[in-house]
Amino acid sequence: MEWKGRDVISVRDFSKEDIEFVLKIAERLEERLNKKGHLEYARGKILATLFFEPSTRTRLSFESAMHRLGGSVIGFSSAASTSVKKGESLADTIKTVEQYSDVIVIRHPMEGAARLAAEVAEIPVINAGDGSNQHPTQTLLDLYTIKRAFGRIDGLRIGLLGDLKYGRTVHSLAEALAFYDVELYLISPELLRMPKHIVEELREKGVKVHETTDLEGTVPELDVLYVTRIQRERFPDEQEYLKVKGSYQVNCAVLKNAKESLKIMHPLPRVDEIHPEVDRTPHALYFRQVFSGVPVRMALLGLTLGVLEG
Amino acid sequence: MAELKVTAIKEGTVIDHIPAGKGLKVIEILHLSRPNGGVLLLASNVHSKKLGKKDIVKIEGKFLSEEEVNKISLIAPTATVNIVRDYGVAEKFNVEIPDEIVGILRCANPNCVSNHEYVTSKFYVVSREPLKVRCHYCERTMEESEILSNL
Repeated sequence: MEWKGRDVISVRDFSKEDIEFVLKIAERLEERLNKKGHLEYARGKILATLFFEPSTRTRLSFESAMHRLGGSVIGFSSAASTSVKKGESLADTIKTVEQYSDVIVIRHPMEGAARLAAEVAEIPVINAGDGSNQHPTQTLLDLYTIKRAFGRIDGLRIGLLGDLKYGRTVHSLAEALAFYDVELYLISPELLRMPKHIVEELREKGVKVHETTDLEGTVPELDVLYVTRIQRERFPDEQEYLKVKGSYQVNCAVLKNAKESLKIMHPLPRVDEIHPEVDRTPHALYFRQVFSGVPVRMALLGLTLGVLEG
Repeated sequence: MAELKVTAIKEGTVIDHIPAGKGLKVIEILHLSRPNGGVLLLASNVHSKKLGKKDIVKIEGKFLSEEEVNKISLIAPTATVNIVRDYGVAEKFNVEIPDEIVGILRCANPNCVSNHEYVTSKFYVVSREPLKVRCHYCERTMEESEILSNL
């Protein structure tokens, strides 16, 4: 697969080989970065970050990745200060911005916006979240974090905890994990179970899936516990949100029977799903996970710009 | 001889083997009941060996394009189309649900970019039985009832 000029829009567009390749390049870049402190692959290249919706982590991580590759960054972090406010179409905004840059990273509140941007633009477009649909770079950095921590993904028992109904992160991650030989434990309140069609799809792909509401009883089985926040903004009904709000928390008591090697992940920001007391335990991997965003995004930027050797 | 229950047409299209009760919907989707259009005939609940009962629609002076045929295939996958010239069947073909549905269907997701920007909608057929499609843009899937109300 030719990477130069390729768009990164959805996990669905990726094969297992694609994923493995990105993870391999990310690892190589991380090593080189550790040795040299700064790389020059993207010198003279410009990244445009178009954030029509606020985000701290993802935007800063992309910008950091581009700077660490030796490139520069332009962009905006809210639609309020742009021509969109004046009624400009997304297509026109993209056609304009691509005149100023070599690669575009877009986050947009509407589902499908990144796909549309990629169709309009001649330069590569990377999706940094389109509404409640996809956030492929998060999935790749999650996989990278797991691979770095365990040296492998195959053979692991992975628990996904929290809002499995509305959470796009867990949907994409589960889809990507289906490429590997893993056992999945879907742990959630009854109201927030993983949509049936996704569970069926996972089983069809040969993944062993367990669905449960029992966090404490499941923890001892796990190698990875991936925790997510209940996102109030995704609930169509406030009553439904109130019923499940605060319904689970990972703390030291819950973890008392965990394997020593258990790693806990979280896409962040967290609210109260993981007690801060867990931060000091060797289980906490979520800040390391944040760090993974940089090498993975460096790999994607470098590959789509065509500035890295294979 | 079900066909003889409604008048034969000279030039136009006969859509046969429409599932009983869907004939009116076919007329609606294809915008056939325009006041300035040609003669339009609908026969409902006609006996059919293949379907038990079926609807038939005959349109004088109109030849269906492939795109229009695709529109029908979503609600009447069993339909057969006869192009009539000078009272005879000049062409006959079955409608088929294509792999991709372009420009016909609207996405049911109100937050899908295709409902806000100037784009041609596009869907991938995920399953034919039961009918299920996935939006090229927002990636949501739509099932038959949603598909029918968004045609």
